[in-house]
Amino acid sequence: MSAAAMRVVDTDLFSYVLRLGDLGLVLGQRLGEWVGHAPAIEEDLGMANVALDLIGQARLFLGYAGEIEGRGRDEDAIAFLREQGEYLNPTLAEQPNGDFGQTVVRQVLIDAYQLELYERLISSTDERLAAIAAKAVKETRYHLRYSGGWLVRLGDGTQESRSRVQGALGRLWPYTAELFVEDDVDRAMQDRGVGPRLAEVHKAWSSRIGALLSEATLDRPADRPYSWFGKHGQHSEHLGYLLAEMQYLQRAHPGARW
Amino acid sequence: MEDKHQWPLYEVFIRARGGLDHKHAGSLHAADASMAIEHARDLYTRRQEGVSIWVVRSTDVTASDPADADSLFEPAKDKVYRHPTFYDIPEEVKTL
Amino acid sequence: MYTQGLDVQASEPTAPVDEGSLERRFLARVDAEEKIEPKDWMPDRYRSTLVRQISQHAHSEIVGMLPEGNWITRAPTLLRKSILIAKVQDEGGHGAYLYSAAETLGVSRDQMIEQLLCGKAKYSSIFNYPTPTWADVGAIGWLVDGAAIMNQIPLCRCSYGPYARAMVRICREESFHQRQGYDLMLQLCRGTPEQKRMAQDALDRWWWPALMMFGPPDAESMHSTDSQRWKIKRFSNDELRQKFVDFTVPQARFLGLTPPDSKLQWNEAAQRHEFGPIDWNEFNQVLKGNGPCNAERLAERRAAHAEGEWVREAAMAHAEKQRHRRASAAA
Repeated sequence: MSAAAMRVVDTDLFSYVLRLGDLGLVLGQRLGEWVGHAPAIEEDLGMANVALDLIGQARLFLGYAGEIEGRGRDEDAIAFLREQGEYLNPTLAEQPNGDFGQTVVRQVLIDAYQLELYERLISSTDERLAAIAAKAVKETRYHLRYSGGWLVRLGDGTQESRSRVQGALGRLWPYTAELFVEDDVDRAMQDRGVGPRLAEVHKAWSSRIGALLSEATLDRPADRPYSWFGKHGQHSEHLGYLLAEMQYLQRAHPGARW
Repeated sequence: MEDKHQWPLYEVFIRARGGLDHKHAGSLHAADASMAIEHARDLYTRRQEGVSIWVVRSTDVTASDPADADSLFEPAKDKVYRHPTFYDIPEEVKTL
Repeated sequence: MYTQGLDVQASEPTAPVDEGSLERRFLARVDAEEKIEPKDWMPDRYRSTLVRQISQHAHSEIVGMLPEGNWITRAPTLLRKSILIAKVQDEGGHGAYLYSAAETLGVSRDQMIEQLLCGKAKYSSIFNYPTPTWADVGAIGWLVDGAAIMNQIPLCRCSYGPYARAMVRICREESFHQRQGYDLMLQLCRGTPEQKRMAQDALDRWWWPALMMFGPPDAESMHSTDSQRWKIKRFSNDELRQKFVDFTVPQARFLGLTPPDSKLQWNEAAQRHEFGPIDWNEFNQVLKGNGPCNAERLAERRAAHAEGEWVREAAMAHAEKQRHRRASAAA
């Protein structure tokens, strides 16, 4: 038997890291759609900035995942050449942009999630994750300042703006449940001191979001059980279209370098 | 199609590195000061050109009138005794 | 200063103005390479020429975000995606710097955008061409940004201070744009036969539009003489176009690509490339609004502006609420 076949892959860690990377990848892809269409030039720049950070994080996580897997796949092979069921982002990230208000709501919910996650990952027993988190946490603090600022302006702006973001909040809230559901991989990571307890992350996230919604004069929707489970590759219909667009060139020119 | 909700203009000053002064970088539009800081950060410091940002509403800046340049600035020209080079210190005297 | 507080009244009544002597002093300052700043006296036509030129430049940057922006979601690697987002972000930034510079001359950004969206203002014709392939992203960086740099470097020494300073900032960022475009083309030309064909096809479509970016031939250019007198424009259209051809032909050769001009050849005696005739009819049609993408580009910008109205309004409403709250708290 070859050495490669003998090698045991840390599949739990691989999945865990992929989840982190795919969140950045898919959300970054969504934000990339806004460039040139934002409400003001300054917001084109603001959203492009967040997109760049998220894609940068995705590159680090996916590159690491490739190393863990040990089959020679680099960040691009992993980003562009998987089947839909192999992407492990939470379904919230793949939801369409909608109007600026919906994009802001989606962003706030995820920024707060990433912030709580990264703050805890800084002390991960996995040095690589800790290092990535240390860099990413600074970016995410700024992301939340940006998206949170907009949530408040839109929630506490005009009747129309409040109505739009309240509506978006209602549509997107059901996707938040999924963020905090633990599975075997999460439990394995906790046991090893690699990742935090999701119940803890949930509590902190909930408190942060609660304060923001209050400042934005928005009503917190009732919790609803999740319908999809992105971390197991069970996605909404939206991901298929997103991936078709993203993967097109790589699929059309197999093996080509860019 | 005139936009009634034009965001006011802010002037932006950036301190590029510790130890330097804030320098005028340009202007931008924002609805409030906090947004102006974020916009300034995204517009003027993408290439790590800043450690500190000041934003000021353009209407709050008072500028001297170029027509007064003569009376404001000329009188300083002939008071050369303000410049160290005016004084001829003998070479033997060190550290002056 | 970019300040708009330009309506400050002088404290004493001023003597009746002798326009002739003001103009002579103005020209003397320009000749002496002094910078003209926002509050300085300037001829009305200097001001209006600058507003037109700077705002057109700003519009071009903003519209220019679209032909490349539409490849962000389809970029073939994460690095290329990042580079493209950064590039388009820069272009938005350049538009913002330029609108700011134009605003120092007494026009508001909203007025300029209104002119663009209603079709009155012009912007660079080049952005009315489509980007059907990934190679177009490379061609735009290499050729379009390359031509833009050639136009822009002399503007760093333009007589109007705010415009010159904006151009210095822009030129610093622009060279990354050209390099990433050329690098993209290089990768294609070293790749598969399909990739190489894609690159040649893009060159075939962008070559002539890039040459047209330098404007009509000197003999027919309407605005040139004053612009050159006032040091707003420092080299002629034909001079810059020639320089661009001479720089770019060897770059194409290195890529193994052929510009679509059968008349292109090196003139040893004159030490320059002779090139074929430009179809100025196409240029004029595109300028008039009949280019392949004029309607689409404007429609996208109008949509973005219209769909963003409620957002801009909400931001102002919130700022107003905060002001009242602070005032009440202080009372």
